[in-house]
Amino acid sequence: MTDITLLGAGLVVLGAGLGFGKIGGSAMDAIARQPEAANKIQTAMIIIGALLEGLAFGALILGK
Amino acid sequence: MLKTGRVFKLLFTFAQILKTINIHNRMIGKLNLKVLMVAAIAFLPFSGQANDDQHHGDAHHNEASHHAANHEHNAHQDVHGDGVKDGVNTPKEINDYIQHHLADSHDYTFYSDEVAGKHYGFSLPVILLDNGLKIFSSSKFHHGDSIATVDGSHYKLYHGKIYKTDVAGTLAFDAHHHPTNEKPLDFSITKNVFSIFVIAIIMFLLFAGLAKGYKKGPIPTGLGRALEPLVLFVRDEIARPNIGEKKYRKFMGFLLTVFFFIWIANLLGMTPLGVNVTGNITVTVCLALFTFLIVQFSGNKDYWKHIFWMPGVPVPMKILLAPIEILGLFTKPFSLLIRLFANITAGHTVVMGLLAVIYVMKEVLGTGGAIGVSMLLTLFISLIELLVAFLQAYLFTMLSSLFIGMAVEEHDHH
Repeated sequence: MTDITLLGAGLVVLGAGLGFGKIGGSAMDAIARQPEAANKIQTAMIIIGALLEGLAFGALILGK
Repeated sequence: MLKTGRVFKLLFTFAQILKTINIHNRMIGKLNLKVLMVAAIAFLPFSGQANDDQHHGDAHHNEASHHAANHEHNAHQDVHGDGVKDGVNTPKEINDYIQHHLADSHDYTFYSDEVAGKHYGFSLPVILLDNGLKIFSSSKFHHGDSIATVDGSHYKLYHGKIYKTDVAGTLAFDAHHHPTNEKPLDFSITKNVFSIFVIAIIMFLLFAGLAKGYKKGPIPTGLGRALEPLVLFVRDEIARPNIGEKKYRKFMGFLLTVFFFIWIANLLGMTPLGVNVTGNITVTVCLALFTFLIVQFSGNKDYWKHIFWMPGVPVPMKILLAPIEILGLFTKPFSLLIRLFANITAGHTVVMGLLAVIYVMKEVLGTGGAIGVSMLLTLFISLIELLVAFLQAYLFTMLSSLFIGMAVEEHDHH
């Protein structure tokens, strides 16, 4: 892999990491506000996490 | 297509099971089953690309590694010069080792000893369509070493694909070092197709057990006790909220099939049996294609109206939105297939890469230390992969049901 490709892969991972961090942070805030809704929030968090991961992996695989 | 035939038959099994669970006994929608039959026959020619999986790895190697890979196809480097072949050592060899283990092949090898040149496993039938049907065992290829001669035509197995050659087995290569020989249509039972049959048999046994458990009453006995919560999970968490109370029944067969197929296929990929079904792009393309066809064929008038002529917005916006919506028709199943394929392939690659750490660290840590470090890392990654196996199945099914729900939704217009 050339340098530019590696840099691009790093940017994809950076974007995914930021996205996950934001999702996780919002989920934490929401659960703190309303502990009884924790299950629903957790399910939604995992779903969005998987969608985001699909995007990141897709970019990595298609780019490679 | 051999794959779709099995999935199609499983839909009948699920239809039978749902009838025995005490839900209102309506006829399963005949439309979807007819659609799938048409789809299976219409896409039969594509199964000739059954072996294209290996290409995606090869196409991106640069010239040097590809040349070297060809020369080292069955020979390994003798790094220490002591006359013993060392197996996988260099990063290039490790790369090839990983690619080889993720790819499809014409024989089912459980264990191969490259140094001694022995392979333990069994050969699968090769079925070619080349001026007539030719069926023979892949043992004639001797793992790529010899040329199979059937009815006067000669075939050579090169990097997982079958090419038509002459008696000497010449292959003409082009600039990218890919052979330009003619390829016959390949309908063979390869390792992936065989694994899909195995998964179909497993699913059939599991759910026949579930259906039998209902003979005595509404509470299942036997195997059904473990499976009933899962089936109800798919119905209550995935199908009902997304498709709606009135219409979810028609699509339960498809959703259940897809959910359990992907889950079992992912789990089997984690075992040492060495099958990589969902990591093969053709399999995920088939699954996404089913979702696509079912969504399109069960779309009602409101759905198509929303795509081509979105109500409630000014006319210039309507014209602008139509191509975007049409593009959205295709990108949604495309993202489904890429997500499943990439997740599973990345998972397998990471696991195999960590196993290859043994070879890389052998010099530094000693064999025992390298095995310890590698096994620990591989253990943790494998635990995550078990979660990913379930999560990808759940996600595929949930997104499919979401798309179906969007298609069959009844809109109240003011």
